[in-house]
Amino acid sequence: MLLQQILNGLTAGSVYALIALGYTMIYGILGLINFAQGELYMAGAFATVLLLTAYKVNFFVAFFFGMGVAAVLGVILERIAFRPLRGGHPLVPLISAIGASIFLQSLALLLFGPADRSFPIQFEFAALEIAGVSVSTLQLAIFGAALFFMALLVAFVKYTKFGKAIMATALDQDTARLMGINVDRMIAITFFIGSALSGAAGIMMAIYYNTTYPRMGLLPGLKAFSAAVLGGVGNIPGAIVGGLLLGVAENLGAGYLSSGYKDAVAFAILIIVLLVRPKGLLGGRSH
Amino acid sequence: MLTLKSVHSYYGSLHVLKGVSLHVRAGEIVALLGANGAGKTTTLKTISGLLKPRKGQVEFQGEDISRLSAEAIVQRGIAHVPEGRRVFSSLSVAANLELGAFARRDHQAVKSDLQEIQERFPILRERAKQPAGTLSGGEQQILAMARALMARPKLLLLDEPSMGLAPRLVKQIFAIIRHLQETGTTILLIEQNARAALKVADRGYVMETGRISLDGTAAELMDHNEVKRAYLGKGYQEVWEE
Repeated sequence: MLLQQILNGLTAGSVYALIALGYTMIYGILGLINFAQGELYMAGAFATVLLLTAYKVNFFVAFFFGMGVAAVLGVILERIAFRPLRGGHPLVPLISAIGASIFLQSLALLLFGPADRSFPIQFEFAALEIAGVSVSTLQLAIFGAALFFMALLVAFVKYTKFGKAIMATALDQDTARLMGINVDRMIAITFFIGSALSGAAGIMMAIYYNTTYPRMGLLPGLKAFSAAVLGGVGNIPGAIVGGLLLGVAENLGAGYLSSGYKDAVAFAILIIVLLVRPKGLLGGRSH
Repeated sequence: MLTLKSVHSYYGSLHVLKGVSLHVRAGEIVALLGANGAGKTTTLKTISGLLKPRKGQVEFQGEDISRLSAEAIVQRGIAHVPEGRRVFSSLSVAANLELGAFARRDHQAVKSDLQEIQERFPILRERAKQPAGTLSGGEQQILAMARALMARPKLLLLDEPSMGLAPRLVKQIFAIIRHLQETGTTILLIEQNARAALKVADRGYVMETGRISLDGTAAELMDHNEVKRAYLGKGYQEVWEE
């Protein structure tokens, strides 16, 4: 039972971590919480589902297409909803982010209707029994894919020229410009990556729960925000740790208290962290 | 090499530079002196493009660069070491150096420059993997200057490189500045320590409330009472005498 819940928690948590990385990277570079992150998750899922419904393309093609749509949407969002507001009061872009979130949700509702869509491809997933714990290969695939994307991101930030330039921009924009770094471009790249990861998370959950609908990003988006705060906003390893911990905590809450408390656990954690350790477990960055 | 023609710069509505004109010839070290708030840092920011002049012109090697972005100006060959060093504290020393060469496309030459700089400043090799924020103040200043050199600048702008450093380190920093001149780098230097600055400089300008109030060769300025007054205000003596 315990192991089972932890395992389910890690699957959900790895998805939260992917979204939380988007929050934390964008916060790191702009000092902005992009509350439309959940809608990029939804956009990734819809793009993949619609493509697979319309054309018989390879699943991986559809997967990367969904990530790409989310990424481009994120870049456009930065361009029209955040860039013109830069340099003003920090609450202004926050309001803009909430506005963008409502707009995208409503737009999806208008374009695709309120109904749930099931995932167009039915995968055959085996259920494995390991030491009394049942694991589906789907869970393993999601967990593995999420870890893969996280590793890719960490390697990008740590070892590539543009990754380092993004970190430099997050630390000190003026000095970054003195190095010849184009700050606007780094911010756009950050939105591209963060949004692609959220898109990937959305696609995985669209498969896991076999449903895609306009408001699907709301709850995971808020939970991933909690996860980012838990780990320390602006801190990349923090987002990963926070996501995994949050996923495990809410599944333990669901398993040992009542499944009705599942969502409450995530937000209780958010409130407790803000009260007790506002910088998060691994320490965030102040802006 | 560099010419400012009656440059006016603002911070928002605050008029900071009120018609600054100066020039720097290739191979020179030029000191920019003046009390706090005179507009020295603003002058450097206007040259490097962090601030756009509202009026006047900044010319570098015959080209008007006053409307170019900071990124484009670095590529023209101007590197600016900002006040307070501003190393990227959580990035490694090596990453800081690599970022100094961000705008360059000649990757082989960047590698050999990195080797060369690490040989010249062994501390930067020893601490290559350490976060830059863990270095001492003097080491951070060396890193900030080395990082700027990674851009292979024709003109180096130094904003108070000796600020807050122990006398021994100040000497080391000025030795580096002199060495840079010998190897062909042109330097525009802001210094709180006017005496030390005029010792290495060929010429100097004194700024007062956003204007150039005096200019001359380093030797002339060294003897000029006006410099002491303009630079340090009342009670200058002890600082001047060190």
